[in-house]
Parts: sequence; structure tokens; C-alpha cells
Amino acid sequence: MALNLRVWLTACAFSSAVFTSGSVALAAGSSAKAKPVRESAAKAAEENPRGLVLSLSCTSCHGTDGKSVGIIPSIYGKSTEYIEASMLAFKSGARYSTVMSRHAKGYTDEEIRLIAEYFGRLSHNKK
Amino acid sequence: MSHSISRRDFNKLLVTGVAGASLGIFGTSTNAFAASKRVVVIGGGFGGAAAAKYLRKLDPSISVTLVEPKAAFYTCPFSNWVLGGLKTMDDIIQTYTVLKNKYQINVIADVAVSIDPARNAVKLKSGSTLNYDRLVLSPGIDLKYDAVAGYSEAVANTRIPHAYQAGPQTILLQKQLLAMRNGGRVIICPPVNPYRCPPGPYERASLIAHYLKEKKPQSKILILDAKDKFSKQALFKQGWEKLYPGMIEWRSSVTGGKVVKVDAPTMSVTTEFGVEKGDVINLIPPQKAGRIAFDAGLTDATGWCPINPISFESTIHPGIHVIGDASIAGSMPKSGFAASSQGKVAAAAIVRLLQGKVPAAPSLVNTCYSLIGPSYGISVAGVYKLTAEGIVEIPGSGGLTPLNADADQLSEEASFARGWYNNIIHDTWG
Repeated sequence: MALNLRVWLTACAFSSAVFTSGSVALAAGSSAKAKPVRESAAKAAEENPRGLVLSLSCTSCHGTDGKSVGIIPSIYGKSTEYIEASMLAFKSGARYSTVMSRHAKGYTDEEIRLIAEYFGRLSHNKK
Repeated sequence: MSHSISRRDFNKLLVTGVAGASLGIFGTSTNAFAASKRVVVIGGGFGGAAAAKYLRKLDPSISVTLVEPKAAFYTCPFSNWVLGGLKTMDDIIQTYTVLKNKYQINVIADVAVSIDPARNAVKLKSGSTLNYDRLVLSPGIDLKYDAVAGYSEAVANTRIPHAYQAGPQTILLQKQLLAMRNGGRVIICPPVNPYRCPPGPYERASLIAHYLKEKKPQSKILILDAKDKFSKQALFKQGWEKLYPGMIEWRSSVTGGKVVKVDAPTMSVTTEFGVEKGDVINLIPPQKAGRIAFDAGLTDATGWCPINPISFESTIHPGIHVIGDASIAGSMPKSGFAASSQGKVAAAAIVRLLQGKVPAAPSLVNTCYSLIGPSYGISVAGVYKLTAEGIVEIPGSGGLTPLNADADQLSEEASFARGWYNNIIHDTWG
């Protein structure tokens, strides 16, 4: 089990770095019978697959694509720089929160940057 | 299982990974490069609905069929709020309209009766068969009625509800509470670990106490626990003392909490220490993966489904991804929120597998709010990553609302609990 996992993990880390550029052509080549539901989300995912997977953790509370339907603030529409600075401030405790500092501490600075880039790009793509 | 590598070695692997290693990973599945992209999802709860939605959202060329017998799904989260009189059953209904119309998911109101992993086929109760390239199974839990003598599905449906699959039994329990006399006694019996929604029984005690304090203040709640400690324990006990002093008694397993027998006609339960009578009894039995997971041979000796934590693909039957309560997801709790997170991560992995690509390393999350009173909320958060030991919580992250938090923070958390529900529901079904 641990050995298999190790192989998978190696592949995962590798793929994030390398497969990114080639992915657009592959996706376009597949026969798409159904209409695209969310072209920009799929595009943002292809550009930053690791950022996408990380962002999925955010959208449960902050809404699909970061568009909140309740009192929790939206992430969508905010800039990469703002999201990154906010997360880092939550992580260090410089900014008050009820739950965000507990979440922010679960991500490396690099992961925070990927999340910020994903949402920043998503907002940009849709404009 | 005998292999283990140090954290430093693990980090080195992540950094220095090479292409050759990726070749081995597709050995587990025959469908990695399939030309067609048909995914069948069984179960329309938090896990299945999120997986179906995100499969279509992330790759619109995938055709997705969701099999769910119920036209309306009552969520377990916020069902305790119904018992407390803070919400109605109508507030916790979810439907599949948006998944059908906006995400063009083929929603079939039928029961999946069996899976043939060798033929990639699902048989439905109506007699038809669905073929898939990949299957997502999100069957939730089944109750082990036989774990407590005298308990059965029939007893649960009529006299002593578990109300742990929101729906008719939630309504039954609510009716019983409404009919109970002032000065009555409610007995709640939480199960051993692992079970769905670890703080659930204690939020339930809190919100029933809220209702009783307002309407029937002479009443008491007795919690007879099969465990010696429970989720958010210190926070719950502090909240009970503040809001409901003297109203809730919790008995641990070693102090006579473990219920071994139930007698519906006399409305009593038997512990190792004696017999306790209740006007209302809510017995939550131990749990296991949903039936179809057993029938398909996807469970191990624990009664739950072992999975590859990168894609939630079964380690027993490749091509079948098991998510939610039924899966063995490392240190993640069994919660609707965790199931939704897993559904999305599995969807992202399946999208890449069907495109012939390697999934990105997953990150998973859990956030569960519990309400102790209408303006008194507490939460637990967890961020989970993959290591060589499986899915583990990131050290130093996550955790609980601090003990002794001030009224403003607790009130803020109660507000966020409502915002949390709105968004997790929207992210899953909307």
C-alpha cells in the first residue's frame, strides 16, 4: 500500500509541473456531444490543475467558483494579490477570523499562491 | 503496509519525482485511456451530487448519469435544527433540478441493485442496465440494527427512531418531542466510532434542549453514550452549562452509558448498569457502509471501503470510486461536508484519468458547525493532504473553536453556520 502510494505521489507531483501545457489540445480533441457547461472553469483547471484541486476545498464554504450565496464572503472577483495577502494574514494570525486561520495554516505559501492564482485567473477569464 | 518512509524522504520524492514512475499507476485500471467517457454515479447525497456536478463542470465532454431513488433529499446537516424548532423540513429539502437542467446530468429515479465490476455494469431495480467507464459510488451508511437487542428497522420507523438518515424518522422524532409532556425525559444513545457526523448526537441534544427550555422547561435529557469521549466535548459541555444548566446529563460507556438492549413497548433501554425509561428515545445504532458496497464486494473486514486516496478509486475493484461515509478516508471524519469535498476531488481525478492524464495531488477539507443555541455556534475545521501514510490532517492546522470564546465570536460562528449551509448546499446541488 505505502509503496503504491509512493509511486502515485511521485506521478502526481510530476504531472502538475509537466502535463499542464499539453492538456488543452487533448481536451479539445475529445468529442464533445454535450454543450460546455463552464468553459472558463475548465480552462482555469487546465491552466492550473493543482490550483484547481486546492480551490475545491474553498468552494464548499465560499460557493462554486468562489461565488457565495450567503453571508460568507465571495472569493470570486478578488485579485490574486488580495487573495494571497489575505490567506497569508490569516495564516500568521495578523488578520482576525473565526475559522480561516485554522484553514490557512493547512496550506504552504506555495499552495496559497496557487489557490490565489486559480481564483484570480477564474475571475479574469470571465470578464 | 510494511513499507513506511520518513517525512523527509517523502518530500524528496515529491520534489524529485520522475516520469518513469507515472507508468505504473495506470496498471490498476483498464479504462484510463477509454475513448468514451461515461460516468455513472450511484447516490445523490453530498458525495454523489458533488461528484456528478463537478464531473460535468470540469469536463463537459463526459456524460454523467446519477442514480438516486429519492426525488427530494433531506440533508442530515440542519436536521437537528428542525428538531430544535429553528428550521422546517422544507428548509432542508434538496432536489436534482439544477443538476439536470444546468449541468445536463441524466438523473435516473431508480435503485441501483447490483454492480458487475468485471463488465462495468450497474443493474437497476427497474430491470435496465447502465454501462460505465468509471463508476462513482456514494452509498452512505447502513444501520447495524442487530447491534442492540430488541432494536430493528420496524422499531426505528415506529417508536424509537434513529433519525440519522434525515426524512420520515426526523419527522417522527419531532412529533414525539412535540407530544411529550413538560417534565418528560428524552434519552439519546450515540454509537461507537466510526459513525456519520461525530458531533451530530451532541448538537441534537443541544437543540432539543433549546426547544425544551422554551416549551417544556421541567424536562431532562439523558445521553447514554457507547463511548467515553466525544467530538467537541469540552465545548459542548461548556455550552450546556451556560445555556441549559442541569438539563443535560451525559453518561460515558464506563459509567453505564452503553446500551445493550431496547424495549419499545415499555419505552426503556437497558445498560450494563440497569434499566432507564424515557418518554422519547433516540437510539443511533452503530454503522457500516451502504448495502450495495457490501454486495459489490467493495468493503473490507471493517465494514467500510478501502480506497486509493488520490482518486478514491477502490483498491479492490479498479474503475469504481467510493466516496463519502462508506469510504475509509484516513483521518477525515464521516460528514456531509467531507463527502462533498471527496466527491469533488474524485471528480477532478476522474476527469484527468479519462483524459489519459495523472491526477493532481489532492487536498481535502472538513468544516462542521454545531449549534448549541440559536446564537451559540462552535466549529471544527480540518485540512487534509496525502502522505505515504494516506490521508492525514496537516499538523498545526484545523482544530476547534477556542474554549471560553466570547459571546461575539460564538454568535459570529452561529451566523457562519447558516452561511456554511447555504454554500455547501449550493456547491453540491445548485
